[in-house]
Amino acid sequence: MRRLGWLAVPLGATMAFLYLPMLVLVVMSFNASGTPYTWTGFTLGWYGELAGNAQILVGLVNTLIVATGATAGSVVLGTLLAIGLDRYVRRSILDALAIGPAIAPDIVMAIGLLALFATLGMTLGLHSVLLAHIVFGTALVAAVVKARLGHTDPSLEEASRDLGATATETFFRITVPTLAPAIVAGALLVFTLSMDEFVIAFFTNGPSTPTLPIVIYSMVRFGVTPEINALATILLLLTFTIVIAAQRLTGLGGSAE
Amino acid sequence: MTPGPVAPARGAPRRRGLTERVIFLGPGLLYLVVFFLVPLAIIAGISFLERGRFGGIVFAPTLDNFARALDPIYLRVLTSSIGLALVTTILALFLGYLTAWGIARLPRRWRTIALILVVLPFWTNFLIRTYAWIVILNSQGPLNGALVGLGVIAQPLELLYTPGAVVAGLLYAYLPLMILPLYAAIERLDPELREAAANLGATPIRVFLTITLPQTLPGVIIGSIFVFVPSLGNFIVPELLGGGKLIMVGNLIRDQFLKARDWPFGSVLALAVIAALAVLLVVQAQVSRRTATTTAPGA
Repeated sequence: MRRLGWLAVPLGATMAFLYLPMLVLVVMSFNASGTPYTWTGFTLGWYGELAGNAQILVGLVNTLIVATGATAGSVVLGTLLAIGLDRYVRRSILDALAIGPAIAPDIVMAIGLLALFATLGMTLGLHSVLLAHIVFGTALVAAVVKARLGHTDPSLEEASRDLGATATETFFRITVPTLAPAIVAGALLVFTLSMDEFVIAFFTNGPSTPTLPIVIYSMVRFGVTPEINALATILLLLTFTIVIAAQRLTGLGGSAE
Repeated sequence: MTPGPVAPARGAPRRRGLTERVIFLGPGLLYLVVFFLVPLAIIAGISFLERGRFGGIVFAPTLDNFARALDPIYLRVLTSSIGLALVTTILALFLGYLTAWGIARLPRRWRTIALILVVLPFWTNFLIRTYAWIVILNSQGPLNGALVGLGVIAQPLELLYTPGAVVAGLLYAYLPLMILPLYAAIERLDPELREAAANLGATPIRVFLTITLPQTLPGVIIGSIFVFVPSLGNFIVPELLGGGKLIMVGNLIRDQFLKARDWPFGSVLALAVIAALAVLLVVQAQVSRRTATTTAPGA
């Protein structure tokens, strides 16, 4: 193994760059003064204020509804799509369609979906955000499951069919259990992404059902709000837990395709 | 029982019933066509239509929206956004390359941990990450406090609401997307090629330019696309860290759709972002094909 040498400097700089801003927010969330400028003592008060903030609670409930629905929809559509592409399709154009929503800039998807909903004469609300989030969710689940399919042995399914199991039995007793870690990892990632997604929700949401990121946006636009620090700390903790769980399930450090 | 079934099963023809195909592929493809392809088609279509007097769309074909994008006012927005996105990409490339190289030199166990650490911020709330920079860059914030405290500067600097703040925010947002493909490219490098070149007398710079860089070029381009394109379409960072003084293409698109209600012109601007993405993807495909052929084993 070659040694790290002077490369420790840029590596350390990147880690500091990525984590110091978050650390500042976490420290500030316990600061009694509520400002990032002076430390006036330890408090849990901002977390109390946060729990009493009706706007944030409404946003949180809306976000959880969308994230749960988007995860369920994406898991079903994405898993079936990944298996279908793996088994039957040798055409890269369909692979491109399946990965497209994961690559397309969010603002383009956002205005496209807004235009679609307007064309259909749909009213906007949580249901339209949900439909929109299933688009990138499906692409994400399909990508994660497809990566796993590359490492599975098709002879298990064939053996099951040869031994007399029906296609449905084989799917639920062989295929799904084999893919379970990838499906769960994909679900966790969609849930996280949907919970944090702002741009598409901003365009496809109605005025009366803000999701949590939209509430945060309206708060940070007016500068530094101490409760945001507390909220940030909770969200960071939640996201880190979910993403690390997903990483453990797929057994990769993010280097896989 | 003999452990027989595996071998004949693999040779047996697969059951590829039409019903199964429809069940597996149908729902997902249908969904993506309706909610991904159709919206893109609508955007492309709208861009050729006229804007109605009260914000709607009039079905009268026109190219005026494209001509308007070349108006000096909008052209300046386009060029300044491309400039900011480019500066962000170059900084990300520089820092990302060295970081990815450093990660590739860590012991295997630590490599995984370092990669997870790089990815984690990317999954956290984007608004929170941007908000952190409002806190940090504030004239009374920790960065100014540290600089004054260390005696580097006498007076707090106006860091917030500057182009530099926008670049910092974009770099913070997208640096992980640069590091991952670079790491994937660097990890695949064959160290013996570099050693051979060095043994034959090539200077480290020459080794880098003639061997390492060409072989990692696909990673460089993918990382650059992942940083450049979303930077171009971002409207949150320019608004929150640029203080509204800096308008990027993303802000312009947002305003055409939600404020000015000029959807046709907004669609043209969105098409410009898609066009940039498409051009870069084609370049990437070309380069990775060339790299694959020149570095194929035995070639």
